[in-house]
Amino acid sequence: MRPLLSISGLRVRLGGKAVLHGLDLSVEAGEFVGLIGPNGAGKSTLLRSALGLLPYSGTVLLDGADVAALPARGRAEKAAYLAQEREIAWAVPVETVVALGRAPHRRGFAAPGPRDDAIVEEAMRRMDVAAFRDRIATDLSGGEKARVLTARALAQDTPLLLADEPTAGLDPAHQIALMRVFRELAASGRGVVASLHDLGLAARWCSRLVLVAKGCVVAEGRPEEVLTPERLRDVYGVTAFFADAAGAPVILPLDIAGGQTD
Amino acid sequence: MSGTARYRLLIAALALAVLVLFLLSLTVGPAAIAFSDSIAALFQGEASEIGLIMREIRLPRALLGLMVGATLGLSGAVLQGYLRNPLAEPGLLGISAMASLGAVLAIYTGLAAAFMLALPVLALAGAVLAVVILQALAGARGNPLLMILAGIAVSSFAGAMTSLALNLSPNPFAALEIMFWMLGSLTDRSMTHVWLAAPFILVGWAMLAALGRALDALTLGPETAASMGVDMRRVQFLAVFGTAASVGAATAVTGAIGFVGLVVPHVLRPLVGGRPSRLLLASALGGACVVLTADVLVRLIAPSRDLKLGVLTAIVGAPFFLWLVYRTRRSLA
Amino acid sequence: MKCSHPAASVPGLFFLAAALSVAAPAPAEPAPQRVVSMNVCTDQLAMLIAGEGQLHSVSVLASDANSSVMPKEAAAYAVNHALAEEIFLMRPDLVLAGTFSSRATVGLLRLLGVRVEEFAPARSFDDIRGNILRVGELLDRQERANELVAELDAGLATLAAAPHTGRSIALYDANSYTAGKGTLANEIFHAAGLANVAETMGITGSGRVPLELLVVARPDIVASSFRDYDAPALAQENFVHPAFAALEAAGQTVAVPVPNMICGAPFTLEAAFVLQRAAAQGKAGDRKRP
Repeated sequence: MRPLLSISGLRVRLGGKAVLHGLDLSVEAGEFVGLIGPNGAGKSTLLRSALGLLPYSGTVLLDGADVAALPARGRAEKAAYLAQEREIAWAVPVETVVALGRAPHRRGFAAPGPRDDAIVEEAMRRMDVAAFRDRIATDLSGGEKARVLTARALAQDTPLLLADEPTAGLDPAHQIALMRVFRELAASGRGVVASLHDLGLAARWCSRLVLVAKGCVVAEGRPEEVLTPERLRDVYGVTAFFADAAGAPVILPLDIAGGQTD
Repeated sequence: MSGTARYRLLIAALALAVLVLFLLSLTVGPAAIAFSDSIAALFQGEASEIGLIMREIRLPRALLGLMVGATLGLSGAVLQGYLRNPLAEPGLLGISAMASLGAVLAIYTGLAAAFMLALPVLALAGAVLAVVILQALAGARGNPLLMILAGIAVSSFAGAMTSLALNLSPNPFAALEIMFWMLGSLTDRSMTHVWLAAPFILVGWAMLAALGRALDALTLGPETAASMGVDMRRVQFLAVFGTAASVGAATAVTGAIGFVGLVVPHVLRPLVGGRPSRLLLASALGGACVVLTADVLVRLIAPSRDLKLGVLTAIVGAPFFLWLVYRTRRSLA
Repeated sequence: MKCSHPAASVPGLFFLAAALSVAAPAPAEPAPQRVVSMNVCTDQLAMLIAGEGQLHSVSVLASDANSSVMPKEAAAYAVNHALAEEIFLMRPDLVLAGTFSSRATVGLLRLLGVRVEEFAPARSFDDIRGNILRVGELLDRQERANELVAELDAGLATLAAAPHTGRSIALYDANSYTAGKGTLANEIFHAAGLANVAETMGITGSGRVPLELLVVARPDIVASSFRDYDAPALAQENFVHPAFAALEAAGQTVAVPVPNMICGAPFTLEAAFVLQRAAAQGKAGDRKRP
């Protein structure tokens, strides 16, 4: 089966500096890939280049199609993007924001159809924002806004979802709920790539982890394989506590490596 | 009432207001003509005095009021949506400033005295030049910040050149004429002005109206919009050229009319639920209402003193801003 | 039955007819009977030259004493505000306008089939003569026009015959404007036998003269205008500058009759007479030293 996303030799320069140095990545349907790495590793850059939002050199294929050759709408039908910046410029109701996700699928001035409405409904239900549907999105709290924007990305209903730090600002219950949603998406045959800072979440919920540091993929594989004490010390510079609970790994960063631990 | 139903009601109300104001504009003037007579004369095609006044003096004035007002409202809404800034307005890109400069040069060199159409044509040329400079400065890539900076540069340059022309003018009559033209006026425009401006204005409208969906997507920021299938270069192209064509032509025939493009979208935004695409049509109609009202007031308040349109729109616009400040304060408190 | 203004549906034919009539050696058409003037200068010329009942309306500025020499006479005519609809309703057979009248208004009137004749502002006595004769031609009042021109020439001769005082004058207006070579004011000064300091400085047209240069030039006479508006303006700040006050004290000041100088007409000579009288008086008395 064709990978949903296939990146090879990706190089990106930003502001004159090389940020990604020939990176390879492949995402199949059914995978929930956690993209992890220290600040400045290039995770956001990777996600944005994968959608052609940045100039890059190398090859990026979305479901077999070359991103450089695809028109903007074509890309929008294959992959949805959830940005790190939670920007909502105007005081629009929540339902309007979520419904924006259906725009790439509508032609011209066509009005939304029943299928669009159903998808929007489902997205709002999944992100637990259906209760706010008429409230003004800009009046919500940071976490609520984040969920609304995630619902928008879900409403886009694409085979692939690329999310940049989607759990930032969410309370624990909603963080876990989001992880569940991503896992369900993967299980239904789609692919999700989410960059995460919370190693604990990444370890418990992702099917595969990709560790990026200094613009290159340093390790990839199952969470237990990638998140070893040595890796954590070398890449993150932290020590951590490892355990198992409820059938999934628990990884909790403890302290700066080389510092005093008790 | 659902959002869509409220929106439809708003559009209907605005459209009705435009119609009423258009008819009102047709019936205000020094000649005391009964309402039914004036409307009848419009359609009768006879060369009677009333018919001439209606068709050649009042009709172009009302038409231009409608077209210019709609243009200012529409381009204001587009620019605010594109730049994601509620303080953006058509003048920001410097297009009306360059159009004014073209007109000023026409007056200054005496061309305007020699040929009646010299002024609007040179003003249009100014608008075209503005766009060329904008594209050269900001590039086609679609970065709104670059566009704002380029627009400010063009606008400052045009303003400086206009001041220079005023400064160096050896003829106090020319200086006065320049100043009055820049205050904006619809007085004594003819159907020739309408035919000159209409094609550019209509093309501009078509370009601006096509941006509805893209502006909605831009609510979430340019990157997310791009990821949702919006072609940012196309958006920049349509926004800039659409504004240039419509606002350039409007400024060319009426001078600089401020405030409308800024205030109208701002005031109507809450009434359309904040959606940029819905704001386009609403602002066009709202802008037409404001300019038609101002033009009627110009003729009613001081018919002998030739009040300038730009002055009245500013007088009407300023209290709206005060009300906006008051309302914002209350909501923040 | 006179030539009536045609229906707007045949403006082209009208202009053709007008062109033909101009090309013909002698005007076969009768004189205009309902003339409207929309410019303060053409207002006054028309009032001076038109025959009984020929002039119907003058502009609102004609009754403004700050701009017009004939405000009382202007009261006898209907008032217009230089707006096309208003003027069209008066059914004029001739409209007199200035070359700086609103292009839109003049253009619209022509589109409506109204004949509009434009006059450029006069910059010399030759221009004044030309304008007077042209108005006379248009109104078919050539005799009256010739009368006025003869009076003008006689007045100029009187001025030229007076002893040459050799004094200098500077016009110092609001915003430090002065009138240099090529302006009507300059011609007036010459007619009065005075040397214009601004012309000596090389200024052409209306220009600003720095107060410094004015002080250095030490004009014998300083002429001022535009001081009598009720509403104050920053433009008049230059008149209260101490250096200017000293200049005034040292030399001789004359308040020129402004309305006489705005428009080129027979009464423009009055300004020259005022200045010549002032120059003669000043020579008789001593120039005050600070």
